[in-house]
Amino acid sequence: MTLALDKPRTPRRPAARRNNWELASWVFMRVSGVALLVLVLGHLLIMNILDGGVHRINWGFVAGRWSSPFWQFWDLAMLWLAEIHGGNGLRTIINDYARKDATRFWLKVLLYVSMVLILALGTFVIFTFDPNFDA
Amino acid sequence: MLEAREPMSAEAAEVSRPSRRGTLYRGDPGMWSWVAHRITGVLTFFFLFAHVLDTALVRVSPQAYNEIIETYKTPLVNLMEVGLVGAVLYHALNGVRVMLVDFWAKGPRYQKQMLWGILVVWLLVMVPGAYFMLVRTVTEMFGGS
Repeated sequence: MTLALDKPRTPRRPAARRNNWELASWVFMRVSGVALLVLVLGHLLIMNILDGGVHRINWGFVAGRWSSPFWQFWDLAMLWLAEIHGGNGLRTIINDYARKDATRFWLKVLLYVSMVLILALGTFVIFTFDPNFDA
Repeated sequence: MLEAREPMSAEAAEVSRPSRRGTLYRGDPGMWSWVAHRITGVLTFFFLFAHVLDTALVRVSPQAYNEIIETYKTPLVNLMEVGLVGAVLYHALNGVRVMLVDFWAKGPRYQKQMLWGILVVWLLVMVPGAYFMLVRTVTEMFGGS
């Protein structure tokens, strides 16, 4: 593959980027993807397929699981990795298909706001959940 | 843009069949695997958004959570769960394939065989998986005890 470079006297040549942000993003997708193979496929197997699947899930079932630090950590790790993995994928898709700069900008604002909301809410719920909730 | 694109192998470049000249490009299976990877990824991301919101109801009250989780047990949503598991499983298996293409020296040469491979694995997992996910809904709908 040949590297496309502007000629030296091209007007307004963008400054050389000194960081490897996109490389880090590419590596993150693979590293988080491997972790999510275990976290998400395990989650789907337990919640949807084994032992009656979704039909046995209720508040008490969740309380039982989240009384264990193991599953709390599992779900917290899955939340963060999946949200950032998915958000980064959507960022790529927005970059690919948005034609106007303004569209691209506002779609990304929407994406980042939704990511912060979901990460904050999910983390808050996992850390403050009380299995002995008095109804 | 660095991401999970299908690399253009030398073979793929050669396989431009003359019979297809003048027709609309319909793509190599590798292109469709990439399209499916994007679609399944976006769908899963949108589901994750809804799923964190509904799970957050455990913090409101047991009643509120139990009410929303009952909708997950209705026939239509149950069927959509099979679709979700299928989408996530495809995305996971194809993700492994993408990494093998990236990091395994012979990955690009075997990308097409690996695609058929993951589709076979997908089918082998989804048949019993769909059975266990739907068996209760189906028996309840059609006069099970």
